[in-house]
Amino acid sequence: MFPTTFETWWDYALWLALTVGASLLLMVSLLVIIAFLLLMDRKVWAAVQLRRGPNVVGPFGLLQSFADLLKFVLKEPVIPAGADKGVFLLAPLVTTVLALAAWAVIPVGSGLVISDLNVGVLYLLAISSLGVYGILMGGWASNSKYPFLGALRSAAQMVSYEVSIGFVIITVLLLVGSLNMSAIVTSQQTGIGTSLGLPNSFLDWNWLVLFPMFVVFFISALAETNRPPFDLPEAESELVAGFMVEYSSTPYLLFMLGEYVAIVTMCALTTIMFLGGWLPPIDHWLINWVPGPIWFLLKVTFVFFMFAMVKAMVPRYRYDQLMRLGWKVFLPLSLTMVVVVAAILHFGGLAP
Amino acid sequence: MALTALFFYLFAAVTVMSGLLVIVARNPVHAVLWLILAFFNAAGLFVLLGAEFLAMILVVVYVGAVAVLFLFVVMMLDVDFASLRAGFIRHASVGALVGLVLLVELIMVLATRVIGGASVAAGAAKAPAAAPAITNTEALGRLLYTQYVYFFQAAGLILLVAMIGAIVLTLRHKEGVRRQSISAQNARNPATAIEIVNLAPGQVIMPSGERR
Repeated sequence: MFPTTFETWWDYALWLALTVGASLLLMVSLLVIIAFLLLMDRKVWAAVQLRRGPNVVGPFGLLQSFADLLKFVLKEPVIPAGADKGVFLLAPLVTTVLALAAWAVIPVGSGLVISDLNVGVLYLLAISSLGVYGILMGGWASNSKYPFLGALRSAAQMVSYEVSIGFVIITVLLLVGSLNMSAIVTSQQTGIGTSLGLPNSFLDWNWLVLFPMFVVFFISALAETNRPPFDLPEAESELVAGFMVEYSSTPYLLFMLGEYVAIVTMCALTTIMFLGGWLPPIDHWLINWVPGPIWFLLKVTFVFFMFAMVKAMVPRYRYDQLMRLGWKVFLPLSLTMVVVVAAILHFGGLAP
Repeated sequence: MALTALFFYLFAAVTVMSGLLVIVARNPVHAVLWLILAFFNAAGLFVLLGAEFLAMILVVVYVGAVAVLFLFVVMMLDVDFASLRAGFIRHASVGALVGLVLLVELIMVLATRVIGGASVAAGAAKAPAAAPAITNTEALGRLLYTQYVYFFQAAGLILLVAMIGAIVLTLRHKEGVRRQSISAQNARNPATAIEIVNLAPGQVIMPSGERR
């Protein structure tokens, strides 16, 4: 699709136009999908608590997120007098831009990716580890107690859980033998199911062969994105709203948008690494006929639904429990699994 | 490759500028933020060199972990820059001397690279031949984990010793600190945790267990 040789200025122009067009298409569809996922989050939460949830704007409240967007944009942005103005306004931008940048390497279908980097997983890891800066900068620049405490909590939490996420990713990489996101998906075409003589199905995906790691990754993803039950950085019962206390209007909107984009990125990463990306769940002509991006979207929505259910059902962790879980349970567990998986692959002669 | 040159100058200019601002910035937190920008652009330079694995590792390790701790410490400590800058003029000559030595060394290294082309070619020959089938990551992996695996293990051991040393130096067991034991909490049951007593009206139990 993209020109690979650059001889005349025309090649550059074509490449630029195609890249910008593809990026815009991905970004706009991502943002629209996130608007509806946000509504789904609230609806699921409401349903668990036997409420109706947002149901006023549009049919079934479908346009609620767009109404919220308008409200945020039209409000007056308030900058506290004691704030470090530049850093204060830069922080939400950093959060959102980095969260969106992660989508450059996520393949939504076979060959449907902006940049098919051969270190795609590392790029994602790098970008998500930068996400903490938006929060730290916002918390510090607000020049206020609660945001600062929230930012410190958040930084400690994200750094802790990144370690276990890294180890889980390493186990998947050992199985796949590549850092390329598309290669990770295509390697899941064969697996436990096919080795038992079954046709290609959802049993081949990594979630079955690495089930403990799937659970660890899911919980770490909740902690990494500051989702309940690990939403201590913005624990409203203790810190009002954590690092976002002083934010209003569009900067607040950007923070929230960045947070939700990061959540959907984690859902997409779970889908790619454990749930077979764009692959159809069973090998049947009718199901194979459904295009890959639809399967990808369905799987991401399913993982997001699980995130929403956890938010609705699980009480918030205490901070020391959170740290204990990260460092004393997940870190040894995932490290042991790296060794075990590597040993099985090496001595079983299964290494790719 | 006009595009590569353009990006090189962009990344290089931003790296140098932010490196300068790290030293010049009055606010220590701003200095750390500029440092992060410098790291980030250095990663961009690595990508231009075709070392994308190194670039990503630079971002993950330095920007994602080390600089976060930097920022943490700088934010928590109220660094008084006025007192730190008090001796600036007195120590300026020493600083300038160190900088000069570093500059001369850098120039000498670069000069040998440019002038002695043969030695550079010899150095490049030692590196694994960049076969198009082998990716950057794979080549690094072979070099580190196959060719130089003993050195790698030795480096790991040294880091382990350093880590244990740091723990030994800082670990203190305080007396009288009540720690939470989750297993002990979970092992409690009503039989061991609750004592039912039958008190007559007006009777009290003292902390010692004596009834009065």
